[in-house]
Amino acid sequence: MIDTPSVDWLALSPALALLGLSAVTLLGAVIVPRAAVRPFSVLVSVGGFVTSAVLGMVVFHRSSEASQVVVESMVRDRLGAGAAVVIALVGLAIVLASAGDRRRDHVGEYYSLLAAAAAGMVFFVSAGNLMTMFLALEWFSISLYVLCALDTHRRESLEAGLKYLIVGSFGSGILLFGCALVYGATGELGFASIQQATGADDPLFVTGLAMILAGLGFKVSAAPFHMWTPDVYQGAPTTVTAFMAAATKVAGLVLMLRLLVTAFPEQDEIWTIAVAALAVASLAIGNLAAIAQRDVKRMLAYSSISHAGFLLIAIAANNREGGEALLYYLVPYVAATVGAFAVVAARERELGRAVTLERLEGLGWERPFLGVAMWAFVLSMAGFPLTGGFLGKLFVFSAVYEAGWWWLVVIGVLATALSLAYYLNIVRALFMRQGDVPATVVAAGGSPPRDLLLDTAVAGAFAVTIGSFFAVQPIVDLARDAVGSIPL
Amino acid sequence: MLTTLMIAVPFVGALLVWVLPLSRESTSGLALIAALAEAGLWLGSIRNFEFGSDAQQYSTSREWFDELGISYAVGLYGFQYWLVGLTIVVGACAIGYGSWVGRERPRAYFGLMLFLVGALVGVFASQDLILFYVFFEAMLIPIYVLVGVWGGPARIKATVTFVLYTMAGSLLMLASIVAFGISQGTFLLSDIGTSSNDWVFLGFLAAFAVKAPLLPFHGWLRAAYTEAPPEVAAILSGVVSKAAVFGLVWIVLPHFPEPVEDFREVVLVLAAATLVYGAVLAFRQPDARGVIAYSSMSQMGLIVLGIFASSDLALDGAVLHSVSHGLVSAGMFLLAGMIETRAGTGVFSLLGGMAKGRPVLATLVMTLGMFTLAVPGSSNFAGEFAILAGVFTRGWGYAAVGAAAIVLAALYTLRLISAVLHERRGEAVREDAPDIVGNELWLVVPLVAILAVLSAWPAAISERSFPGDAPASFIGGQAGVGLEP
Repeated sequence: MIDTPSVDWLALSPALALLGLSAVTLLGAVIVPRAAVRPFSVLVSVGGFVTSAVLGMVVFHRSSEASQVVVESMVRDRLGAGAAVVIALVGLAIVLASAGDRRRDHVGEYYSLLAAAAAGMVFFVSAGNLMTMFLALEWFSISLYVLCALDTHRRESLEAGLKYLIVGSFGSGILLFGCALVYGATGELGFASIQQATGADDPLFVTGLAMILAGLGFKVSAAPFHMWTPDVYQGAPTTVTAFMAAATKVAGLVLMLRLLVTAFPEQDEIWTIAVAALAVASLAIGNLAAIAQRDVKRMLAYSSISHAGFLLIAIAANNREGGEALLYYLVPYVAATVGAFAVVAARERELGRAVTLERLEGLGWERPFLGVAMWAFVLSMAGFPLTGGFLGKLFVFSAVYEAGWWWLVVIGVLATALSLAYYLNIVRALFMRQGDVPATVVAAGGSPPRDLLLDTAVAGAFAVTIGSFFAVQPIVDLARDAVGSIPL
Repeated sequence: MLTTLMIAVPFVGALLVWVLPLSRESTSGLALIAALAEAGLWLGSIRNFEFGSDAQQYSTSREWFDELGISYAVGLYGFQYWLVGLTIVVGACAIGYGSWVGRERPRAYFGLMLFLVGALVGVFASQDLILFYVFFEAMLIPIYVLVGVWGGPARIKATVTFVLYTMAGSLLMLASIVAFGISQGTFLLSDIGTSSNDWVFLGFLAAFAVKAPLLPFHGWLRAAYTEAPPEVAAILSGVVSKAAVFGLVWIVLPHFPEPVEDFREVVLVLAAATLVYGAVLAFRQPDARGVIAYSSMSQMGLIVLGIFASSDLALDGAVLHSVSHGLVSAGMFLLAGMIETRAGTGVFSLLGGMAKGRPVLATLVMTLGMFTLAVPGSSNFAGEFAILAGVFTRGWGYAAVGAAAIVLAALYTLRLISAVLHERRGEAVREDAPDIVGNELWLVVPLVAILAVLSAWPAAISERSFPGDAPASFIGGQAGVGLEP
């Protein structure tokens, strides 16, 4: 008889539900008649993601004390469970938004890979040692590589997949090298054990920390590790881009916070500076480059780089408020990102080609609902009041001010001012026309049918974007509970 | 509660207008009803308003984001009550103007107008710094679209310039708010105390200097006031600029006593320069709206002069003048709009001779013109006189400059009146262009009527703006109110 370790199935359940979903949709792609694959996959996926989100909430509810799962390989706590809920809900919104996709091939595979990627991320945010962290990272990254290249008939999509694969693998390699160095210096893999281990003043150890940071920087597309972002975001299928921009950021940043404060609290004078530097670089590059963009997906890609900057500021604050600010900021950010890409996807299907600023023209009047929602999304990204984005920025700024870094507040404010230049361009394109020129682009093939599921996703994102402004305290209370499980 | 209601009514009206699929007529009707209900609410509350009381009236305070010490706190003191009233009156007239003109896409338009009114009422009623910032920014959203969609030919450039200027100022203010509020642990104006940090002070000053605008920050003004639809320009110059008055009186003066003292001369010089420069520019403009725009800038300079003089008389005068200038400039912009609808242009060289056969138009332009140049006996004269008398104690030079600017005001106003009403009939003025009659009359007459009342009884405002009729000590005492002994 071999002793099997007792497994905390509940802690694993959000990820397992998604894995099961992935298997079912993959089977469905083979078994279900071709015409019925899409409705089947959508239906099952909605069920799967909702189940995962509910299980995540149950775990959140029942994990007021953090505990280890399978020695130190995984942590069951509120931070991980909360992030899992957010990731599952993002997945749900993406499923709804992509139900109307025009893609004919690989429909089942799309939903299967989506669920697999989400499962990887859910696992990733609860990782408790360097090995599971790397395993989960590869798990969701590989799913995403394939998803990016899923539109095999579009060259841009293949290009995006290839670029993401090469650059992403490079990032993973650096991360793995960093993990190896840290392991070499301390002899420990678990986050908590690394903190207690001796040998922390080893130069190898610090190098390892730096390489881990760089590797995670690739994943959250923080400058200067952002080069892949614009091309990949632009080329990948729009709903995949939305998933990457929203869910990968949640996973990457939550794990970065967990790793840094659990494993490296002693080295905080090193990594706070490094993270702040990444933040400043991301803000500068993201915002400056976004101004020059005409393609909306590319612009949103640079905007997501700049948001990585704001979120990294919250991590750099290295205090409890910063952790809460990070988690709060993610809520409206995720909603606005998913919503904005969903609107772009709707326009893309309507026109049958890439959406540039010019091709957004008049959308606000033709589709008032999508137009107003898009307006709210970009205002939230720009940090305007009446949207959660405003309070998110405010919270981040106050956290870092509390940490004594007033100059980061000033940089953040300047970046926000810069960002208006391109966010307002989108609003302008939606609602305003120069002079009396008629719209240059008309819908291809007449007015497309209303996409009720996509509208539902947009409505949900809209409700969260606005709702997180008015109901800020309940969300912050949850964030406080989540942050309570890590040693901040 | 009542203040909350006054903030909520326009917002709810806006939502209804946006959501209900009504016809053009019903939509503008609904918007007007909301605007008039708001006016009724305000008028109805005047009886119970205790102007002499040291306490906030009709206040509400709720925790909103207690993690950071942010609350939803609104309430009114006398001067706020008058600014809210100004908003409501001008807003109602502007909405009426919009429905008279028959704006395209009525549901979007009237919803945004109501939204703007609600945000402005919120600005003037805020007692929490973050809440103030929220409303201060929220009003940009409708303005951006109102100018950008319904404005003149160069509207896009105008609206982008306006928003970028304003945002640059207000984001600096946001940094200041964060620094000030976080270091004090609260954002509640009554608890936040004072700060002696010059940088924090300058952040606030930047936002309000853009909003007013003061001299080097006025680059947005001409295009915004000219390209905006006339009724939006009326709200911009009449009410939105008064957000700067509120901010300076209620945030900057009480909470930054030392920096105010240090920078007083600088601001006074800037304000005086704005006063004179605006007047000179107004005199050189080739069109009606240009004159009104720069005249508005000049008058704002005078008001800021009064605020930073910070004597009792000057502060009373600043509030009174804010209200009467708001009414006058709103009325002038509406009249300019009416002239433009008749002639198709506001350019002086194409106008002229409109008084002949149009007595009502002529009378209204003349009357409001007289208010603009502050003819003795008018409420504007009372306000300007109080400001100048008050600023005299800070230095006779400022008073002298101010008095000289009143002469300039007479010059540009008379030039406007004669170019539009008198002289030979301009090319653009058709013989049969109608006079102002019927419903149109009711868009401007209320403004004139209120101005007439204020002229007869300026003390209605000047003695009821601050409790105890001692503005300086009341404002100065604010920072201490609510602190534990």
